[in-house]
Amino acid sequence: MTGLGDLFLRAMFVENMPLAFFLGLCTFLALSKRPDTAVGLGIAMIGVMGITVPLSQLLYTAVLSPGAWAWAGLPEVDLSYLSLLCFIGLIAAAVQLLEMLLERFAPAIHAAFGAFLPLLTVQCAILAASLFMVERRYTLPESLVFGLGSGAGFALAVVMLAAIRARLAYADLPGGLRGLGITFLLAGLMSLGFAAFGQMVAS
Amino acid sequence: MAMPGIFTAPLLGRNPVTVQILGICSSLAVTTSLETALTMAASLTVVLVLSSLAVSLIRHHLPNSIRLIVQIVIVASLVIVIDQVLQAYLFEISQRLSVFVGLITTNCLVLGRTEGFARSNPPGPAMVDALGNGLGYSLILIAVGAVRELFGQGTLMGLTVLPTVEQGGWFTPLSLMLLAPSAFFILGFVVWALRSAFPDQQEAPETLPPEVPELRP
Repeated sequence: MTGLGDLFLRAMFVENMPLAFFLGLCTFLALSKRPDTAVGLGIAMIGVMGITVPLSQLLYTAVLSPGAWAWAGLPEVDLSYLSLLCFIGLIAAAVQLLEMLLERFAPAIHAAFGAFLPLLTVQCAILAASLFMVERRYTLPESLVFGLGSGAGFALAVVMLAAIRARLAYADLPGGLRGLGITFLLAGLMSLGFAAFGQMVAS
Repeated sequence: MAMPGIFTAPLLGRNPVTVQILGICSSLAVTTSLETALTMAASLTVVLVLSSLAVSLIRHHLPNSIRLIVQIVIVASLVIVIDQVLQAYLFEISQRLSVFVGLITTNCLVLGRTEGFARSNPPGPAMVDALGNGLGYSLILIAVGAVRELFGQGTLMGLTVLPTVEQGGWFTPLSLMLLAPSAFFILGFVVWALRSAFPDQQEAPETLPPEVPELRP
């Protein structure tokens, strides 16, 4: 299980961000009402994660990790407690850049995101991908593949959920279950399904 | 809105988790036991109140274009402090919470309240609103955490409530309760129950069934 292809599939299916780790659920639930916004969100997630995870990896190894300043004669400096702050800054900058680009070149998608694009800054899935990258000591190509795979897993899950919810728009649900309630139950069922991928890898 | 209203509204009527859909990620991931749920709820409430106060104090000096980055930096600094405190005094629990304390930074509840309320209100109401939202979040976390620990392990706060078969009792632990899908199901049922009790929280149906003309003989 060391190849890059394996890593991609593992990040996409087995360690699916929303369904196995409960990460990024706010946007996952709030933007999955219609399949077309879900597709837009999925593409944005792949883009942002594919950029930020390798950049965080570079930043961590070059500046923050213990011993990174050995070349300057400061081998005992350990800045890793600052990593949270630096990753967040990096993500915020990337999201702001994406927002400006979208506003300029694709106003329709920008309008569809509404208030939710700034909230991508606080998408826990994106920050968590960077934190996992540090915890598991990925190299630069590995972190690129991991970022893309996690983004693709999120996109897959959100598009599937949106497709199911579009069908359910015509169902006659009890009032209390309408909207958020049934979405939680659907996510639970999908999470059961994705748990089967874990079994396939384990065997 | 008056102060008491600001405080009580987010407890049940406009609960951050079940109505505003904020802060859901952490409310599912840390609820395998009541103890971690309580620690998480307390940490989040502290961060929320302090960051609301800070954002509210500097609201007149904060340029609109960089407000997100400034707010995030305030929240992240507070989270680092909380993380260090937990590691110093509650080391075992902080190990079990792992990355999720760090992820308070990206908890949409914190940014949602600083952006949506504290940014445009004086410090007093901002702190009351933050406290109310923190407690509303804590309520949901405690409810889900208690159910999952009780039926998953037969204990509450580590004390045996339902004696399990392994200890010579009668209760067989439901290990599904400790896995990811059950958290979704329980929170779904909580939302269902709350919205049945408060019908005004229900979402309007997107499509209405076609009107069938009544058949008259």
